Amino acid sequence: MAFESLSDKLQNVFKKLRGKGRLTEEDVKASLKEVKMALLEADVSFKVVKQFIKAVESRAVGQDVMNGLNPAQMVIKIVHEEMISLMGDETTELSLNQGGVTVIMMVGLQGAGKTTTVAKLAGKFKQKGRKPLLAACDVYRPAAIKQLQINGEKQGVEVFAMGDSPSPVEIAKVAYEYAAANRFSVLLLDTAGRLHIDEEMMGELQQIKETVQVDQTVLVVDAMTGQDAVNVAGMFADKVGIDGVILTKMDGDTRGGAALSIKAVTGKPIFYIGMGEKLSDLEQFYPDRMASRILGMGDVLTLIEKAQQDFDEEKAKELEQKIRKATFGFDDYLEQMKQIKNMGGLSSVLSMLPGIGGKMKDLEALVDDRAMDRIEAMILSMTPKERANPDLLNPSRKRRIALGAGVDISEVNKLVKQFEQGRKMMKQMPGMMGGKMGKKGRFKLPF
Amino acid sequence: MADEKKGFFRRLVNGLSKTRDNIVAGIDSIFSGFSSIDEDFYEEIEEILIMGDLGVNTTANIISELRAKVKELGIKQPDECKQLLMDSIKAQMDVGETAYEFEEKKSVVLVIGVNGVGKTTFAGKLAGKLKDQGKNVVLAAADTFRAAAGEQLEQWAQRAGVPMIGGQEGADPASVIYDAIAAARARNADVLLCDTAGRLHNKKNLMEELAKINRILNKECPDSHRETLVVLDGTTGQNALSQARQFREVTDITGIVLTKLDGTAKGGIAVAIQSELGIPVKYIGVGESIDDLEKFNAEQFVNALFHVKTEE
Repeated sequence: MAFESLSDKLQNVFKKLRGKGRLTEEDVKASLKEVKMALLEADVSFKVVKQFIKAVESRAVGQDVMNGLNPAQMVIKIVHEEMISLMGDETTELSLNQGGVTVIMMVGLQGAGKTTTVAKLAGKFKQKGRKPLLAACDVYRPAAIKQLQINGEKQGVEVFAMGDSPSPVEIAKVAYEYAAANRFSVLLLDTAGRLHIDEEMMGELQQIKETVQVDQTVLVVDAMTGQDAVNVAGMFADKVGIDGVILTKMDGDTRGGAALSIKAVTGKPIFYIGMGEKLSDLEQFYPDRMASRILGMGDVLTLIEKAQQDFDEEKAKELEQKIRKATFGFDDYLEQMKQIKNMGGLSSVLSMLPGIGGKMKDLEALVDDRAMDRIEAMILSMTPKERANPDLLNPSRKRRIALGAGVDISEVNKLVKQFEQGRKMMKQMPGMMGGKMGKKGRFKLPF
Repeated sequence: MADEKKGFFRRLVNGLSKTRDNIVAGIDSIFSGFSSIDEDFYEEIEEILIMGDLGVNTTANIISELRAKVKELGIKQPDECKQLLMDSIKAQMDVGETAYEFEEKKSVVLVIGVNGVGKTTFAGKLAGKLKDQGKNVVLAAADTFRAAAGEQLEQWAQRAGVPMIGGQEGADPASVIYDAIAAARARNADVLLCDTAGRLHNKKNLMEELAKINRILNKECPDSHRETLVVLDGTTGQNALSQARQFREVTDITGIVLTKLDGTAKGGIAVAIQSELGIPVKYIGVGESIDDLEKFNAEQFVNALFHVKTEE
């Protein structure tokens, strides 16, 4: 999980603070020194760290802290707030024109993930009912065009390509004409990776901008980038002009200091974060939530949002009824599992819960997403009758299910037992399900 | 040899010019801007090293070594520190003779790394380099995951003029490895060069897949010299250490390839990796053409970093 190491570090610092009743100026300074080290190890730009520490110190030392009842909490709050303001106070969306073609140009260093990200973006726009067109402007890297074509096909988005002989400027121009003539609403230009100090290649991007009306220039940055992130972002902003940033490879264990630096240095927002290799793994960037995540508070908000988005309200209501009447069967269980899978698997759900982030490594062995696959196989090996009425399951039926699912019969027994226990529990507390949580419409998961 | 040396140095100086400008500009101003060696002086050095991506730990080690030497040798002048500092960093980077014997033996080279670091490009360049040395090379495209990865390597294979064994997108990379081993045997290849899919080092399943590939190579090619090179993006910060550590858990890493050193990337992570993990950096990538691959040389690297002329 992103930032977990930084969270660990900061939590260690604050553990020391919690041990004391009151904070002295020295305490604040000492703890901030550790925060500083943690941030530097997280690849936050040195200058940004300096600025950050200064801001926190000036707020923490003095009245704010001394008047607080819990000084440690106060410092956490200040660190948190300053981090949010560093990353930009609000979430910024990539804006599209109302009419005509919105042109989005993706730029960045080699290997940042432009071609993958641009396909993810196209998929997102398609989901929102737009008509995106991908244009293959990387004529340099071997097979870059082919890669975009394959990704486009997977997303069901048309790819405009002219091979690798025309110049990228020419391709962009013709692609725009094609997009306008065929009523596409978004044109996404995938450009070649280039060094920010390569005058000629940077000039090419400027030329594209002079030739085609580019509405949004998006810089794609590898979240693992070190101190150089600010140079890269700064140069692209100066020479080409950027409107925002997408941070990729955030599903690694990078502490992602680049996220903190880039906004501070360029003043440009981070639109999205890339969270995996699947073409759907592109998430909104929320500065406040990310700050919470850095501080180890977990990303409950993202979890809730994801749950709401992925959880079908109708099915949830139906399920609630079933639970109340205790007619909850294996089919419903299967449905539940699908919902969790849609949310990125159990481990992804867990990693967003507070306090779990840092412990995810230990949990990894316990939470086996493949165990869910086995359960699914077992349930799918049951007859519809058996799924609706688990009481039918006698040893002979269980043996058949085990054979069908390719598991040991003990696993079937375990599943049935767990299921029975769960059902019993639900029967005992129908009040809870219809109570507080039910009204809010959140977390109707029965386990 | 003289030519090669010159070529290497020129490339490094060109490639590292930005690195050098940033680090050296800073260091030069310290060496001349301070009249005595005091705490502010050390802090300034610390700052510059950290900004060069050397990392907090490595920087602390270098500084404490510098302090000890300054005390021991009774050095009073800041500019005398320059040579000391360089020697100190060289010492950190020095892990003895860096080995390139796989180039001379019958060997299997496995190229691994996270996404987008330049594995395929490196594999293509190395294939070209070995081919130029008259070696019989077979390339294996075991990245069956990323769209068009096979096609990308295929183009490099054509440029290098070496045969490539690939598989369909979505195929089991292990099966590609088996095919490639068979092909390498049939052709009596000197070097089997295996490109793999980019994988983040914290993805358990993907790391297991890599361990499997590693096992197959060990089992099927017990008599070949094994070389496992982790490709790291030179612009990567401290996470490169984590990458090297995690990859070391599933394979026996024999060396590191540091790519994209032609940007403003400080390349300082190379120092951190050598000093903290003792894994030698064997190659550096300084451009996009097939010749832009150089053997790593710690001495010249540090000299270029500090812009000292080497004797040619």
